[in-house]
Amino acid sequence: MSRALSGRALRRGLVPWLLPLALLLGWEVAAKAGWLSARVLPAPSDIAVAFWTTLKDGSLPHHVSISAERAFLGLVIGGGLGFALGLINGALPVAEDILDSSLQMLRNVPHLAIIPMVILWFGIGEEAKVFLVAVGVLFPMYLNTFHGIRSVDRGLVEMGRVYGLGPVALYLRVILPGALPAILVGLRYALGIMWLTLIVAETISASSGIGYMTMNAREFLQTDMVLLGIIVYALLGKLADIASRWLERRALDWNPAYRTGLEAA
Amino acid sequence: MVPLRAVTDFEEPAPATCREGTGEQGAGTHGTGKGLELAFDGVTKAFGDVGVLRGLDLVIPAGQFVAVVGRSGGGKTTLMRLIAGLDGPTGGTIRIAGTARRGLQPDVRLLFQDARLLPWQRVLSNVGIARGPGWKARAQALLAEVGLADRAGDWPYVLSGGQKQRVALARALVTEPGILLLDEPFGALDALTRGDMHRLLTKVWRQHGFTAVLITHDVAEAVALADRVLVLRDGVIADDVAIDLPRAARAAGAPRLAELERRILNAV
Repeated sequence: MSRALSGRALRRGLVPWLLPLALLLGWEVAAKAGWLSARVLPAPSDIAVAFWTTLKDGSLPHHVSISAERAFLGLVIGGGLGFALGLINGALPVAEDILDSSLQMLRNVPHLAIIPMVILWFGIGEEAKVFLVAVGVLFPMYLNTFHGIRSVDRGLVEMGRVYGLGPVALYLRVILPGALPAILVGLRYALGIMWLTLIVAETISASSGIGYMTMNAREFLQTDMVLLGIIVYALLGKLADIASRWLERRALDWNPAYRTGLEAA
Repeated sequence: MVPLRAVTDFEEPAPATCREGTGEQGAGTHGTGKGLELAFDGVTKAFGDVGVLRGLDLVIPAGQFVAVVGRSGGGKTTLMRLIAGLDGPTGGTIRIAGTARRGLQPDVRLLFQDARLLPWQRVLSNVGIARGPGWKARAQALLAEVGLADRAGDWPYVLSGGQKQRVALARALVTEPGILLLDEPFGALDALTRGDMHRLLTKVWRQHGFTAVLITHDVAEAVALADRVLVLRDGVIADDVAIDLPRAARAAGAPRLAELERRILNAV
């Protein structure tokens, strides 16, 4: 019974991979047979070779770590600021009156549109990339934190007050945990925007990082390196998504909708 | 005027009657129970031009079990929020154990209609919500008292409605309140579970000796549980009925009980 079940589970796990594998095989054959020009699409095996050589000479880990550092730094600064603003505005109506409408106005500026300004301010140094990422992740973190705090069950807040919780305990034990699901949704949005911003910023102005690597490869018509860069971006994005989902399941264990072992999405 | 008396032991309490506006507060504390006396002096509450409570003069002696019945919109919940200190009265004063109070009261606990457990804390942490030294042992003891000692490590969402209310009851009692307010806490439960909760509530009330104020629209529930039933109608106490029947004799269909129930239903 259990063996039959696991056999079926195995088959169901394999079926979704059949089409991508067939495409990959067809692509390889087409490239090797010369039907596809290497300038349009290099063979998958060539990309694998490019991956291996750049891994061995250390250039890929170098660019990936620089990109990851920028992404992480931008996320911490912008996300932290958005989170703090969300907390303050969610808790104090006065702060909301002063700050919220200004933030909403700024939010409507596409943050990639300020790239020319950012290059004028910071040149093509690290600050430019970190700044852009920080601006990009600030708003999803701010909006979701603010919304999360505002939508905490007021009955629970009232209960906390009747049961003698002071303002700090009320915030830590009732309001913040109640807002956490929304805050984590904000984090997931922020992670997506983080990579997108970094890709654009690195392609336009950088002397290192994955974006620089791909743009540099384009100059020399190394399509295999360009594709490798795209794949690395995709993998990093997926990794960030897995990490945030893991965090959601860990932190929201109390919520049946996020129980461990169930796919949340 | 029958002298006011509180429950001093596990015996049936003597029928206590207290007409509105008698100013019998001078009777002081009653017995040795931990319950606190609750008194209203000309308490009014208005929202804008709408007077919800229109002059309440009332003394609830320490340790008494009072039920407040009335139609919805009659001011029951407003009364409860005033006692808990969630709202302030428009006029008059509320006194607990003889002293005028305003704001949230540490010796008053409120059992809500919905259990209002924190979903992100396990049962034990919910009971010991106020923390303080030794809270785990006390919370565990209270859980045992409501019959849920083995559910301490569970998340609230796995509990049934009745179990949630029992956890909420343990949480209310963990700080040994002098006054326990109950805002229709059993309204959403099925009849069998409600019967269990009634027995449990009577048991803990006798053991802890708090003053209980139960708000309900269910007159049968009121006469089954309380020493005294207040009928709140149009913002005033329309009737004040002593349930002069020992609890053991309050089986459904008892003639005296039916008579009292009829009287209350007429007043509502």
